[in-house]
Amino acid sequence: MSGQPFTGGFRSHLGRARGLGASHHGAGHWLSYRLLSVAYVPLAVWFVISVVRHAGADQAAVAEWLKSPVNATLMLLTVGVTFHHAAYGMQEVFEDYVHGKMAKTVVIGATKALCLLLAVASGVAVLKLALGA
Amino acid sequence: MTDTPAATTPRTGRQRPLSPHLQVYRLPLPAISSITHRITGIGLTVGTLVLAWWLIAAASGPDAFATVQGFLGSVIGQLLLLGWTWALWYHTLNGIRHLVWDTGKGLELGAAYRGGYISYGGSVALTILTWIAAYAL
Repeated sequence: MSGQPFTGGFRSHLGRARGLGASHHGAGHWLSYRLLSVAYVPLAVWFVISVVRHAGADQAAVAEWLKSPVNATLMLLTVGVTFHHAAYGMQEVFEDYVHGKMAKTVVIGATKALCLLLAVASGVAVLKLALGA
Repeated sequence: MTDTPAATTPRTGRQRPLSPHLQVYRLPLPAISSITHRITGIGLTVGTLVLAWWLIAAASGPDAFATVQGFLGSVIGQLLLLGWTWALWYHTLNGIRHLVWDTGKGLELGAAYRGGYISYGGSVALTILTWIAAYAL
């Protein structure tokens, strides 16, 4: 350690760097996004078929459809994966096109918050129909 | 860009590749399919608002749901749904292409073009099929 300027009080260089970057998280993040994308393929196909079968349907038909535990489960998974994928996909877009640390942080944070809000609200709606409340 | 002098190396006079200025550079298919992937992704993110609206309205009751279905059944609603149908199929097919690339396969020039044609052709075909099914069933 000799010869290096001592600027961090009692903290070591490693201690100061920890938590400030994506060290060791990048690969896991990359892989989980891919795995969820793989899961999304059959869900997307199921979702399109379901929506097509309910084109122009009334509320009673949709409520009846989501009463089935299988449909409710698949819909909850679709909602979860959709909003997760949207939040992290938009993060990549903003990281590329929004410059300035503050603007980038705010717009990514706001997108993730909105996606979380919509995911939970959609999930509650599905559960309400599924459980017949 | 015909009257733009090509960059040359001073001593040898040999022509050097120009950087692709987006205004004058005709993007090759892999580049167009790449930016299309992004644009469809952004469009689909906007579409999640309608998905949430549709589900929440269904849970709220017949009146709220009739409002959503009325909007989606209007000309604007149908055009938006047509766009989202194609965007979802394109993003799904091209997403599979990205997953294949992530395994290190299909990155050669020929395969990259073939994949692009499959993404565009397949998504248009699946969109037509989806809408025939929606109206016929």
